[in-house]
Amino acid sequence: MIPASFEYTRASSVGEAVRMLAAGGEDAKVLAGGHSLLPLMKLRMATPSLLVDVGRVRELSYVRDAGDSLAVGALTRHFDLSRDELVARHAPLLAAVAGQIGDPQVRHRGTIGGSIAHGDPASDLPAACLALGASFVAVGPSGERRIAAADFFTGFLETALAPGELLVEIVVPKATGAGWSFQKFNRRAQDWAIVGCAVVRDGSTRVALVNMGASPLRSPGAEQALAAGASVAEAAERACDGLEPPSDLNASAEYRRHLASVLVTRALAEAGGAPGQEASP
Amino acid sequence: MRVSITVNGELRSDDVEPRLLLVHYLRDVAGLTGTNIGCDTSSCGACTVHVDGESVKSCTMLAVQADGCEVTTIEGLAFDGALHPMQESFRQHHGLQCGFCTPGMVMAATSLLAEIPDPTEQQVREGLEGNLCRCTGYHNIVKAVLAEARS
Ligand SMILES: Cc1cc2nc3c(=O)[nH]c(=O)nc-3n(C[C@H](O)[C@H](O)[C@H](O)COP(=O)(O)OP(=O)(O)OC[C@H]3O[C@@H](n4cnc5c(N)ncnc54)[C@H](O)[C@@H]3O)c2cc1C
Ligand code: FES
Ligand code: FES
Repeated sequence: MIPASFEYTRASSVGEAVRMLAAGGEDAKVLAGGHSLLPLMKLRMATPSLLVDVGRVRELSYVRDAGDSLAVGALTRHFDLSRDELVARHAPLLAAVAGQIGDPQVRHRGTIGGSIAHGDPASDLPAACLALGASFVAVGPSGERRIAAADFFTGFLETALAPGELLVEIVVPKATGAGWSFQKFNRRAQDWAIVGCAVVRDGSTRVALVNMGASPLRSPGAEQALAAGASVAEAAERACDGLEPPSDLNASAEYRRHLASVLVTRALAEAGGAPGQEASP
Repeated sequence: MRVSITVNGELRSDDVEPRLLLVHYLRDVAGLTGTNIGCDTSSCGACTVHVDGESVKSCTMLAVQADGCEVTTIEGLAFDGALHPMQESFRQHHGLQCGFCTPGMVMAATSLLAEIPDPTEQQVREGLEGNLCRCTGYHNIVKAVLAEARS
């Protein structure tokens, strides 16, 4: 399989990438690790006229301590995230999730920014960011803005990023010592999650789900139940309230609903149960 | 577009279309057909090579993305007529049958040991998650990698 022809240009800085995207117009696309975009281009499901390769924008590959939060550069690869000491200490959920994406070859190329910007409901890092209450910094021709993860994923492969905007940083509030869990259910090694669940429990409890709707999302049912003092079992029962999971070759919507409530139960148990109970170490 | 890529220690300079995949560059432009194409959909790992020392699936990377990088293929492992120790270990432990997955498997295994020099069996199995073998049942592959790690 060979992608359709396109023009290729390589940016060496954020400013240059934004200028190149503006000059490239509607059909220009950012190329980061290429591990979502290139497979789509090979299937000709994506046919951009111009690729702006940001893979060499080294200034965007970092994890920094920013006081109450960690700042993660958009070009940080899954491999680096999974091994980073700051991430392990202050957002262990993020490291655990990054370390379970695909396989080592995928983790050597794929980036957190690409994973977020792609907005695939089946991907894991968006769920982790939702559970951690992260926000995203984007730079476009008219400057910089910050978008909360909760407002970012707007539909199937659709996000709040405007055309021509570059995602530059993921801001992750520190969750040092908070209860957390990531449950990924798949049938074969290396596969995407059929359903996944990420939970972070600090003062309140955030429950995010993988592959349970058109976009990466949180479970309002489970979160509201927990906030109202419900048990883990009650919260899990309400996990799919209002959600419309897809049916596909891997699973029917009904099976996904079942999986989600099982995974929410496991995740809440691992993260320390309902508020008021002790978090597990 | 002009790219300069160091392939198995030798600097090459070629004119390529931006859409040329790294695996096609290696096989059709550089003439190195040791790297196989299995699935062409990023799943099987047969096309695994090293880019700057790390395993990648060369069917999921553009040749232009490797511009300025060092690429190592299975042909670059043997030195001075002698098999690389990992290749030798695969031979010793019957880590291959038809051999189709083997170049990718060996490249994934050497990258794994560069990151985790003394892995557990579990770590070897997880580290080779991205490589499929339809013949061996993986057992002897894992044995070969563990033996090489311990030697
Ligand atoms: C075999 C295989 C298995 C996988 N398994 C999993 C899995 O289990 N879980 C999982 O979550 N993911 C999985 N993935 C996807 C992987 O995590 C991708 O790396 C990731 O989704 C996209 O990151 P990327 O850097 O490769 O982005 P790219 O493919 O380069 O880009 C993806 C999209 O985002 C846009 N984009 C990229 N960076 C930016 C930016 N900084 N600003 C604005 N837009 C940007 C691009 O234009 C494109 O539309 C798998 C991929 C493969 C090939
Ligand atoms: S040919 Fe590249 S992963 Fe199968
Ligand atoms: S030896 Fe035949 S596919 Fe692995």
